[in-house]
Amino acid sequence: MTNVVLQNITKRFRTVTALKDVSFSIKDGEFFVLLGPTGAGKTTTLRVIAGLTRQDEGSVLFDEEPIDNLTPADRDVAFVFQQYSLYPTMTVFDNLAFPLRSPMRKTPEPEIRTRVEQTAEKLRIEHLLERKTAHLSGGEMQRVTIGRAIVRDPRLFLMDEPLSNLDAKLREALRVELKHLQKTQGSTTLFVTHDQIEALTMGDLIAVLNRGRILQIGTPEDIYDRPATTFVATLVGTPRINMLKANCENSTLYVTGSTIRLPIPICEEGMPPSFLLGLRPEDVQPHSGGEFPGEIALIEPLGVETILHIKSGEQTLLSLIPGLTDLRMGDQVRFNIIRERLHYFRQDGTRISV
Amino acid sequence: MAEIELRQVEKKFGDLHAVKPMDLTINHGEFVVLLGPSGCGKTTTLRMISGLETVTGGTIWLNGRNVTWRHPSERDIAFVFQFYALYPHLTVRQNIAFPLESQGESRETIEQRVKEVVDLLRIGHLLNLRPGSLSGGDQQRVALARALVRRPEAFLMDEPLGSLDAEFRETMRAEIKRLHIEQHATTVYVTHDQIEALAMGDRIVVMSDAVVQQIGTPAEVYHKPANLFVARFIGSPGMNLVTVQYVDGVVSMPGTNKLAVPPDWRGALDEALVGGSGEVIVGFRPEAALASEHGTLVGQVYASDMHGAYTMLHVNLNEYDIVHVRSDRLVSFPIGTPVHFDINPDMVRFFDLKTEMAITRRSASD
Repeated sequence: MTNVVLQNITKRFRTVTALKDVSFSIKDGEFFVLLGPTGAGKTTTLRVIAGLTRQDEGSVLFDEEPIDNLTPADRDVAFVFQQYSLYPTMTVFDNLAFPLRSPMRKTPEPEIRTRVEQTAEKLRIEHLLERKTAHLSGGEMQRVTIGRAIVRDPRLFLMDEPLSNLDAKLREALRVELKHLQKTQGSTTLFVTHDQIEALTMGDLIAVLNRGRILQIGTPEDIYDRPATTFVATLVGTPRINMLKANCENSTLYVTGSTIRLPIPICEEGMPPSFLLGLRPEDVQPHSGGEFPGEIALIEPLGVETILHIKSGEQTLLSLIPGLTDLRMGDQVRFNIIRERLHYFRQDGTRISV
Repeated sequence: MAEIELRQVEKKFGDLHAVKPMDLTINHGEFVVLLGPSGCGKTTTLRMISGLETVTGGTIWLNGRNVTWRHPSERDIAFVFQFYALYPHLTVRQNIAFPLESQGESRETIEQRVKEVVDLLRIGHLLNLRPGSLSGGDQQRVALARALVRRPEAFLMDEPLGSLDAEFRETMRAEIKRLHIEQHATTVYVTHDQIEALAMGDRIVVMSDAVVQQIGTPAEVYHKPANLFVARFIGSPGMNLVTVQYVDGVVSMPGTNKLAVPPDWRGALDEALVGGSGEVIVGFRPEAALASEHGTLVGQVYASDMHGAYTMLHVNLNEYDIVHVRSDRLVSFPIGTPVHFDINPDMVRFFDLKTEMAITRRSASD
């Protein structure tokens, strides 16, 4: 496999800047996720790396060598798309063998058989090898599609939302499979998704992209625990983070429109006059002796946990608690806020490091 | 307010059952969710209630009145589709007022009722815009407002949040629930999303293959699934289901794992299994498995993933018998490390291998 570096990639389509000065590097064997909403530039980035789209500025390097002048075929990357893109009249075996039989590669048939069988075993589709792909379920087809990418040993895997057409249960199952496979194979992978759960659960590193710009690159823990902007903070985590207007006065943090007051040392350290306070729902915890009063405005039981909407003055905070609850709507409660996990952002959305 | 009753309602297309005969009573002011994967018959059921689809058997009752063969317009039920279905050439105000105008309401009434729903949904600032310039969430709010303004007997909603992005879906989910609580209008809501169903429903009707699998509260379908389908479908990931050997109060799980069956389950298993022993399926939710150094069960980490507030461990018991264990986020488990865990005895369930139905205890509170 290989390590990949993008240096200051810019791409314009007529007057629209699709990518603006995008730089990142993927280490050999790493699972790198590009996360962002529709139109962020994720697919364009993949296409630039694959050589399907030519960037206007910047350079792509594989193992320190610029590859900008290589054709897509010479770059030796394997693509897995959202659509299955299998040959319906061929068997699973022939679909898997297809990349190896390409005239460019000329793999001998006995080796093809070995590689196809090994791949099928890894994806647990051995029993399907003689089946025509048209007769497979959605999950089986996507396994074959992934198999067709891993059957050869490309320098890099590019995966463009490969799980998003599957139903929730299959997506969960394949997510675990893909992760296990990638970790045990050590294959360098660039995985594109708009789904924050996929990004957090699968990525070694995540780059958050919005409107053609990278907002943050970090481990799932960095992105979740230390989001660089309010956009990143809101994009990851479900239910979404509470984002509250706040200000400091006499060493105390006041949340606008609520009774929440937090004596906090950072208020003495030159905080801007008004800012945003980010509070993850699991860091808002009802407790009989809690510090702040509130009223239960809504309860959403999710089985494994429950979302409480707690009204505090004019603000409504989301709180996430384990299991079911005996609380009822309208109940007066008290709650605590976990101070070690507060997030602060300037009005322009950037994080204030404490 | 409305009470809706389905008695042996069925729908066949030729020889194929889209909905097998089902009974369901939806009480005044209740929020009932029809939940299931695509093709399970949930939307067909909703369309039969609305009158957009005829039944091929059974009867439908609205407030004790047989409406089985009544035209949709005579049922006084409002329908909210997944697609916004707003008139693009009309303003938001005109879109919302449209149902009232076509009913010939007076100008004052229209103005009053539009104001009410607009305040409720907080869309006053959008009134003079056209739908094309609104975000997906705002379009859905306007569609809701147009349904609410009629003050119908009941709401039927077919995946109204399906086309929204994740963030809006969360917000709108809470908003629809809040509206329901304020207005208390009988609501039947179709979705394939089990999280939505749990979060919103007073009761959930789980459907699969044209058959009602279970009707129950969110807590019931989550903790006491009636069969394997419900156990798998509800929860993310679904319930861990492992085929095991039961003999003398102990089940042998894959690997060398042995689990002592909680005493209150022994009688039920002795009775359910021919000869008092044999194969059975044990079920437990990922949060029922508690990882700890001294846990009596063991497997190897197949994968582990960070979900923000917690970590999900996928633990291989043997060969390829993987169970999901929800654990503290701070712990890190590389692939292949052994994980020890125990199962909370209060959260253990058992299922019959052949019928796939839950085995029940006679005297248990649950």
